[in-house]
Amino acid sequence: MAKPPADVRYTREHEWIRLDGDIATVGITDHAQEQLGDVVFVELPEIGRDVAAEEACAVVESVKAASDLYAPLTGKVVETNQTIIDDPSIVNSDAEGEGWFFRIEIDDTDAFEALMDAAAYDEYVETLD
Amino acid sequence: MIENALPDDPTPKKLRTVPLDAWHRALGARMVEFAGYAMPVQYQGVLAEHLHCRAQATLFDVSHMGQATLTGAPAAAALERLVPGDLLGLKPGRQRYTLLTNEVGGILDDLMVANPGGEKLFLVVNASRKEIDFTHIAANLPSGVQFHEHDDRALLALQGPAAAAVISHISAEASQIPFMGMAAVTLAGIPCLVARSGYTGEDGFEISLPAESAQALAQRILDEPEVIPAGLGARDSLRLEAGLCLYGNDIDELTSPIEADLAWVIGRRRRNAWDFPGAAVIRDQLEHGAPRRRVGIRPDGRAPARALTEIVAGDGTEAGTVTSGGFSPTLSAPIAMGYVRKDLTADGTALHLMVRGKPLPARVVPLPFVPHRYAR
Repeated sequence: MAKPPADVRYTREHEWIRLDGDIATVGITDHAQEQLGDVVFVELPEIGRDVAAEEACAVVESVKAASDLYAPLTGKVVETNQTIIDDPSIVNSDAEGEGWFFRIEIDDTDAFEALMDAAAYDEYVETLD
Repeated sequence: MIENALPDDPTPKKLRTVPLDAWHRALGARMVEFAGYAMPVQYQGVLAEHLHCRAQATLFDVSHMGQATLTGAPAAAALERLVPGDLLGLKPGRQRYTLLTNEVGGILDDLMVANPGGEKLFLVVNASRKEIDFTHIAANLPSGVQFHEHDDRALLALQGPAAAAVISHISAEASQIPFMGMAAVTLAGIPCLVARSGYTGEDGFEISLPAESAQALAQRILDEPEVIPAGLGARDSLRLEAGLCLYGNDIDELTSPIEADLAWVIGRRRRNAWDFPGAAVIRDQLEHGAPRRRVGIRPDGRAPARALTEIVAGDGTEAGTVTSGGFSPTLSAPIAMGYVRKDLTADGTALHLMVRGKPLPARVVPLPFVPHRYAR
């Protein structure tokens, strides 16, 4: 799968974050969905919730197991993707696009810049296994 | 996220391998640890494999399970001292599901016992329990019965509505074996012990064969267009839909057959003699009711409730615990089995499941979740 352009960062917890102004869109990486297997249930944070970086704020469940999704950056939840509530399989078919989870308004864009870029994330994934 | 789905142990344990290990890897299986073995959890994906088994047929490698033979005229009488099933009445060519019980009425393991003829009994036990089972059985045999473990044999399970058609292309004789029957049949030139049984709720065959021939037969079966390989992931979701117990989750040494809703395994003759381990406890529960019982549970929403989820009654009191839970691909909804207080076992009883600290509404439903389609 082609990587999105350069305004995307990644976490060691296998989330991707795309920044538009001060709005960060968050989802799980293609590697993560591959590891999880068939996603059957998603729970998303309430809009307006203040989240701290590394705080558990969403849940993704595959047929095999439940996993937490952590806020990659501190901010306020401003939008969630209802489409993946209705059809969780989109998280598998388009993890780094239509399968996004939520959007947060972030306080600190420097924290975004400090996250891994695509090359660093790919290298990180290589070290796993 | 997904720490539990990603490998985080840099020094993996030395796992035992099944005879088909390389074959699984060549087919693209994702291998995981199960009961000390490296086993395929999925190939193309749990959902697809599960649905294919319900629609056509899938092939499972369950060679990690324990296989053994008891030989000698007193074998059935000897094994009856350890299980509540009627084994003296098990005719040649027939197989039966039974339980090894302990002195407190708990379950040491659930197992299949077959009578292949010739004063033998053929046993298949859970991988996670085989050392315990076989030690226990061997220690309790009289001198006239020999115990032999078949660690040189593989076990394949072909399951699904197309299983009989598939097997008939290889052996017409095998396809004629009745439900819970067993026969020695040659498949693709390989001497096999074939049973008409399985762990999915579908029609199917369980095939014991020499390890060195496992790949030839597995490939021969997979060459049939109806068949795809399926891993332990689909095996688990299929058996849960079928309402079948998984040892270690739904039954264990502290769970009685009555609590587990497995009273039907106690043979009629055995209910007169009550001469198996734990019989006093089990008889008392059968006559007066057990304090808790295994039930089917349907959560109302879409959130699955996994094993160990706490169950709360409508009035907020403790009701029990989920022992198996997940997502049903057939129903496209979450399903679970668990143990609830005896006053809460009626179908339709409202419960709450404590998932991530929140009470999710659920109700008691009959088992199985998906009707069995055995070839009766």
